[in-house]
Amino acid sequence: MSDESPSALKQLTLWRVREFLREPEAVFWVFAFPVLLAFALGIAFKNRGPDPVSVAVLDGPGAPAIRQALAADPTVVVAVIDSAEARNRLRTGRVSIVVLPGSPVVLRFDSTRAESRLARLVVTNALQEAAGRRDVAELREQRVHEVGSRYIDFLIPGLLGMNIMGTGMWGIGFAVVKARSGKLLKRFLASPMSKSQYLFSHILARLVFLALEVGSVLLFAWLVFRVPVRGSLLALTLVVLLGAMAFSGVGLLVASRSKTVEGVSGLMNLVMVPMWICSGVFFSSANFPDAVQPIIKALPLTALNNAIRGVMIDGSSLVQMLPLLAIVTVWGVLSFGVALKLFRWR
Amino acid sequence: MNSVTPTTPAVRCRGLVKRYDQVVAVNGLDIEVRRGECFGLLGPNGAGKTTTIEIIQGLTPPDQGEVHVLGLTWAKNERELRQRMGTQLQETKLPEKLTVLETITLFRSFYKKGVPAVEVLAKVGLQEKQGAWVNKLSGGQRQRLAVACALVCDPDILFLDEPTTGLDPQSRYQLWEIIQQFQARGGTVVLTTHYMEEAERLCDRVAIVDHGKTIAQGPPQELIATLGAEHVVDFALEGGGPLDETVLLALPGVTGVHTDQMKTRLTVTRPHEAMPALMNLVRDQGATLTELTTHRGTLEDVFIAMTGRHLRDE
Repeated sequence: MSDESPSALKQLTLWRVREFLREPEAVFWVFAFPVLLAFALGIAFKNRGPDPVSVAVLDGPGAPAIRQALAADPTVVVAVIDSAEARNRLRTGRVSIVVLPGSPVVLRFDSTRAESRLARLVVTNALQEAAGRRDVAELREQRVHEVGSRYIDFLIPGLLGMNIMGTGMWGIGFAVVKARSGKLLKRFLASPMSKSQYLFSHILARLVFLALEVGSVLLFAWLVFRVPVRGSLLALTLVVLLGAMAFSGVGLLVASRSKTVEGVSGLMNLVMVPMWICSGVFFSSANFPDAVQPIIKALPLTALNNAIRGVMIDGSSLVQMLPLLAIVTVWGVLSFGVALKLFRWR
Repeated sequence: MNSVTPTTPAVRCRGLVKRYDQVVAVNGLDIEVRRGECFGLLGPNGAGKTTTIEIIQGLTPPDQGEVHVLGLTWAKNERELRQRMGTQLQETKLPEKLTVLETITLFRSFYKKGVPAVEVLAKVGLQEKQGAWVNKLSGGQRQRLAVACALVCDPDILFLDEPTTGLDPQSRYQLWEIIQQFQARGGTVVLTTHYMEEAERLCDRVAIVDHGKTIAQGPPQELIATLGAEHVVDFALEGGGPLDETVLLALPGVTGVHTDQMKTRLTVTRPHEAMPALMNLVRDQGATLTELTTHRGTLEDVFIAMTGRHLRDE
């Protein structure tokens, strides 16, 4: 009559995994969407060289010589035009400076505009050199293009953090509230199912997908934008694991009481939207005033993002990031503890 | 493990009280369920049946009163009781995107002992559906799956809360068979229903519940016998004018009269004598019948006789 009892933890985890894989939309949002977002933002904010200096030279005797002198500098774009047109272009910002040939040559520009002041320096330099000026002091230039300082390098760790937060919270929050509103939790309560195994299975199922979820974005970022992982992969794995577990706890806490999916959606947004904005996903959290910095730094997503950035871009070791990891851990442990206290099974 | 004798009642409740804010859902309810019987809690919606069966299952703590299940209490023996009971609750939504077999296996994993998943599926006639997702099942199939989840631990006692509500007659009949098979193997069943046919057909004994109290308890046939007669005659007259109750009571074979505005109800022991006498009476009074029905007494008639209301008041 009796048979081998299958492991409840395994069956509960399998349930979570199957339910996720059988929901094509969820698979899209977790795996494809972050990659698409990284691609779109990476293209939109691709680093370009500085704008060329645009110069107008008034038509007349002496104009060709000036034009030739300026054209020797590859960063300068020269147009020879008449006086009315030159005035018009200067006013609308299409040229930064107008050169009037003659003796002396006159430079007409708006000294309150940064690009005009830059244009004055470039034009002066070019004309003086053409006139035979010799430099007195010797200067040497060293040009750098630092991988790791581009926008995409900033963005990818932030997207990873945001994704870990989002899937942790939505994944667990929705599943729990759905089971509660469908009275499935109550049905479990009538069985000898272990409550802690039920809650733990949610976290285990999260970890199954975490490697894929983080790996796909990392691989994409490396292949398309050459975003580096300078620290050790082991350190990155640990940081990501810790983050995922912490946000599972927060997700469980948010879902511990809600009876409807609508209710929990509102709560989720209340918790997540401030972190999307403040925690340095799309732009640095340093942009916010000093007064609120302590609060922002205490947010779990800020700490997680900074830790991921530390490993990927700065190559920091785990020891260097202990304070950040401590913040993430405290959030995870506290929210889990409170969630267990508050959790309603019906 | 089981120190109680077979004569210990499967369920014993004394003086159960449960209040929700101002509403008293259960108001001093007593019931006793014997081993191996099918016991029905019968009553209209809102009578307190669900609250009662949930208190018995240790899902809702009562405000007052005591509950013993298989001779054990929820306070001391919850772990053991959960292993030994099977349940189907009202409105449980099983996971939509698991297959039938996966769902049973999931529930099987919660219990120390039980029946192999495939065997349970055969019992409830869902073997052919074992690979189908739950959201592809019909209402009757879902309900059989819910009962299969209750049977997978090979329980000593099975709780079913309105197992056939909303099902078509064929699905209802299939569920009745499953319940009877479980009982035939020695299991005890406690179910709630507001279908009197279900209670009469399935239950060895019933408790009629109204306003959170047991108003009658016993085998269906004994309860029907308390009507004092086996048959019920309902009739109405044109213009609705009632006949005199004492005259009706004097008719041969009539043991009871109940009149509301439009209709008169007689309880009758010998319809073959009562009916011709009633016809004569109606003709003598110069009245015309607009309605006349007769049926064997049911639990519904017991409920009406005791409360003046129907089981399913819309």
